[in-house]
Order: sequence, then C-alpha cells, then structure tokens
Amino acid sequence: MPEDFLPIAVLIILATGLSFTILLLGQIFGPRRPNPRKGSPYESGMRPYGKGQRRVPIHYYLIAVLFILFDVEIIFILPWAVVLRDLGIFGLIEMGLFVAILLIGFVYAWKKGALEWD
Amino acid sequence: MSTQLILFFILAVIAILSAIGMLVSKNSVYSAMFLVLNFVTIAVLFLLLNAPFIAMVQVTIYAGAIMVLFLFVIMLLGTDMAAEGISMPWQPPIAILLSGALILEFAFILFFAQQDVLPQIEAISAAFGSPQSIGKLLFNFYLLPFEVTSVLLLVAMVGAIILAQRETG
Amino acid sequence: MDPALLVEWLVKSGVIIFLILTGFAYLTLFERRVLARIQVRIGPNRAGPLGLLQPLADGIKLLFKEEVIPDKADKVIFILAPVLTVIPAFVLLAVIPLGPEISILGRSYSLSLAGDVNVGVLYLLAVASISVYGIVLAGWSSNNKYALLGGLRSAAQMISYELVLGLAFIGPILLANSMSLKDIIQAQSRVWFIVLQPIGFLLFLVASIAEVNRAPFDMPEAEQELTAGYHVEYSGMKFALFFMAEYGKMIVVSFITASLFLGGYLGPFVDKLPLLGPIYLLVKVTLILFFMIWVRATWPRIRYDRLMALGWKVLLPIGLLNIIITAILVILVGGY
Repeated sequence: MPEDFLPIAVLIILATGLSFTILLLGQIFGPRRPNPRKGSPYESGMRPYGKGQRRVPIHYYLIAVLFILFDVEIIFILPWAVVLRDLGIFGLIEMGLFVAILLIGFVYAWKKGALEWD
Repeated sequence: MSTQLILFFILAVIAILSAIGMLVSKNSVYSAMFLVLNFVTIAVLFLLLNAPFIAMVQVTIYAGAIMVLFLFVIMLLGTDMAAEGISMPWQPPIAILLSGALILEFAFILFFAQQDVLPQIEAISAAFGSPQSIGKLLFNFYLLPFEVTSVLLLVAMVGAIILAQRETG
Repeated sequence: MDPALLVEWLVKSGVIIFLILTGFAYLTLFERRVLARIQVRIGPNRAGPLGLLQPLADGIKLLFKEEVIPDKADKVIFILAPVLTVIPAFVLLAVIPLGPEISILGRSYSLSLAGDVNVGVLYLLAVASISVYGIVLAGWSSNNKYALLGGLRSAAQMISYELVLGLAFIGPILLANSMSLKDIIQAQSRVWFIVLQPIGFLLFLVASIAEVNRAPFDMPEAEQELTAGYHVEYSGMKFALFFMAEYGKMIVVSFITASLFLGGYLGPFVDKLPLLGPIYLLVKVTLILFFMIWVRATWPRIRYDRLMALGWKVLLPIGLLNIIITAILVILVGGY
C-alpha cells in the first residue's frame, strides 16, 4: 500500500523543483532597482497609513471552528458512504442520529447569528 | 524493508526538527507553519504504517483545518502582540520536569521492559487500513464512541459560539 | 526498487506537469478570446496565428519584470507563499485516471499516476485543505492591509466551500461504493452520475468555482474594495506563480468534475480503442472550462456577506439533504 503513494512523492518533488526553478528564473532575468517608493505598501497610489498587519475580526475564528466540526463530520461520513450497502437500514439510522445531533448545533449557530457576516 | 527503515529515519528527523523549529520560532506564524510541516510528516509516517485513510485524515483535519484555526487566532491576536507574549516563569521548569519523565518512560520501555510491554500482534491483512475495513469497524464495533463523538462536536460548537458572542456583547 | 517503474513514474509526472503548464498557458488565451467574443470584441490575435503565441509573449514579459519585495514584508514567507500555492495545483491530478489501461509492447500501463489508491477522494480533500496556506501567508507576509484582508477573506471562503465540496463528493462515493477515482469512473459505465446526482453535480460545480476563487466568487480580485487582494504586492514570476496556481486549479477542478459526474474517460468505443479515453476526457474538461469562462462573462461578482451566506445557509443544508436522500434511495433501490 505505501508503494502506491511513491509516484505521488515523485510528482511532489518534481513540482516543487519546477516552482523554485521558475522563481530562480525571475531572479536571474528581472532587473533589481529598489527604491523607498517601490518598497512601500501599495494602496492605490494613496499615501499608506497605519500598520500593515492589524488584528482581524473574531468572526474568522468562528468560521474556522465551524469548519473543523463539519470537516470532522464529513470525514466520518466518507467511510460510511463506502460501506453503506453492507450496513443496510441499520447504517442509515446510525448516521441519521449522528447528523441530527450535529444539526441541532447548526440550527443553534444559525439562530445565534454565527453565520451572519457584518 | 530497508528502504522503509531509511524513509522512517528521514521522516523522523524532519518531524523532530520541525517540532524544535516550532518551539524556538520567535514569530508565531513561523511556529504554526512548522507545526503544519510536522503534521504532514506524521501523516507520511502513517502511510508507511499502511494506514492511508488515517494519513489523509491527519492532513485534512490537523494540517488543513485545525492549523487554519490557529493561524486565524494568531492573526486575531495580532502577530506582534503574540510575539511579545506573556512571560510565564513557572513554565520552563515544569516543562523540563515533565519531558524528562517522558524520556525516562520511553527509555524504560525500550531498554528494560521490551518483552512484556509491547503486546504480541498477529499479522494483519493488507486491507487493514482501507476505508472499507475502517467503515465496517467504526459502524459495527465502535458504534457508541462514534455517536458520542457527535455530542462532543455539538458541545464544541456551542462553546465556540458562546466564546465569540461575549466579545461582541 | 525497479528502475523501469521509476522511469514510468517520472514520465507520468512529467506528463501531468506538462498538461498543467500548457493547459495554463492556453487556458489564459482561450479565456481572453472567449470573453472577447462574448463582449463583441476580438481579443488578442496579433502574436502568431490566431494569437497562439500570446501566452509565450506574456510569459517572457513577466520574466523580465522587476520583482519588488516590500520593505517591511516577511521575506522568507513572502517568497515561499507562491510556491505553496502552486504545488497543490500540480499534485492534485495524481489520483485521476486520464484513460483506461492501455498495452504497449505486451505490457499494460494505467493512464494515471496513482489512480487506484483506495483513498483517492480523501487525497483530493487533503490537498485542497492544504492549499489555503499559500493564500493566507501571501496576504499576511505582504505587510499590506488590503492584502491581509484579501488573504483572510479568500481563506474563509475556501474553507467554507470546501465543506460543500466534501458533501458533494459523497454522492458519487455512495453510488460507487468506493473512494478510488478509478472505481468511481468504472461505476459510471452504464449511466453517468450527473443523471443520478443532478443536485450533487450543481453543488460541486458551484463549490469548485468558489474554491478556485473564480468569478462570480473572485473575492481576491475585488479590485474596487481590496485593490487586488492577497497578491497586490506580488510582481514578476512570483505573480506568474499565483496566476499559474489559479488556472492550474481551474483545470484540475474540471478534471475532477468530469471524473466524478461526467464519466471521466468513458465514452463510445473506449473498450475497443483505449486511446479514445484521454480524448473524451479532454473534450469534457474543455466544455467545463468553457462553462466557467461563460459564467465569468455573465454574472456580476456577488457581495462577500452574501457569498458566505450562500455557502453556509443554502449549499451546506442542500448538500446534507442530498446525501440523506441519496443514501435512502441506495438502501431502498439497492443497485441502480
């Protein structure tokens, strides 16, 4: 089984090598004449103000947590989908219960406005 | 067999180096990226153990989902603020003590109690780590843990929403 | 290890990389020509016959451009981010069969790098989930507030639609009883899954367009509000890498859509003439790519809050419902 993934490793190595080669080509052929104006952040020609890296809204945290939870759910559904025919109606009830419990959380998130983006 | 051993040692070295890199990085974004590298390396180790399903889940959930959350949280706090950090003088001694105990434990298992501690496992079939066998096992023998997981996920969801709500009032 | 095997892998990897590279070059031209036609223009037609040398000219231009790195940027991550973005576009194609088994000189070759791994679909999900980092890190390392916002927005968008993508994967898996792309394609020998999974197909199409940040979901390129999103500060070949990643992912996503729902390489007479397989697949992929360009020419960009609402409040519940209905039908009807 691990052998099946060896060709993918070959592809990853080749792709990585290629990407760095492209970067290197740009370094070789491109000119290099830096000046302070070029090095300053681009803000559509306006004079840049404030810091470049600022704190981001908490909303991204919430989306990421919800993403993890539903991602875990999908990971559980995947092997279930493969063996559903063997499990029969029993499997249907099992997964129905699992999804139903998670749906309670989903409805709660919806009602609490966690899915709202302002 | 020997190629597997060589691969294992290369991966082990990468895993340990990335873990050290994560610990010593001053910038928390670098720490997070070292941790991603570490998770991916562990996933490849799972592949070597003939467990492709677990390997892919490791990448999807840990490297792909949980670390995105970490990055968002780092950026939520602001990287420069996280870099200054809160000094915790009591942390290093406790960490050294605990990791020392862990190393001693490993050494004991490896060198002294080898025969008794490691259980004898009969040979497993090649399809052991396939999605089919995992599905059959999970939805027949481990039914209760599986259903309890959904309650755990529900609790996590509610908790996260309450945490984020208090901020906005 | 068998050296012949290693050569085979190297050749196949080379073919995949060549496919993405030339596909990327000519997709840009194809897109500009089609867009132009839809907007009653002519499009680039000066460089070479029919403008066929245009991609080459663009490439050479970018090659000789100065690469500016902002003074306050985090240099290491700034340089690594485009590489991290482009690698997933190359490696996704590894698990997709490009054709049936063919035999040359008495030895049979499968036309895929690793098409029969039993976790193929999960591999696609794993690589897709890794590809978020390049974009977030590009935005963060540029030290530009618009880039940071653009990167975060794209990341939030990508993870939200990744869920829809994951849910849409499950329909074909339920029908084929397998996560291997090879099995999923062979299960479509009687009827394509677009017929059995029409909702799943639509979900997948919408989610994949959002996943590759294409119009009408092209938040990173919302130039009015975010200048250009996560890649504002990038120039020269680093910019070219981001460009390559976007178009490469478009191509890969079309390959995945074709394999999951449109029968992949299957078509009339494929069992007699296996070499027809890759041709059928390329035709299907081209049609999907044309559709994506058509969508870009037709729909205006959707507002960010509506985009997130569409993902979470509409597509996610529909995806779950689709799985439940499919599962019940699979149990009731058994085979199909």
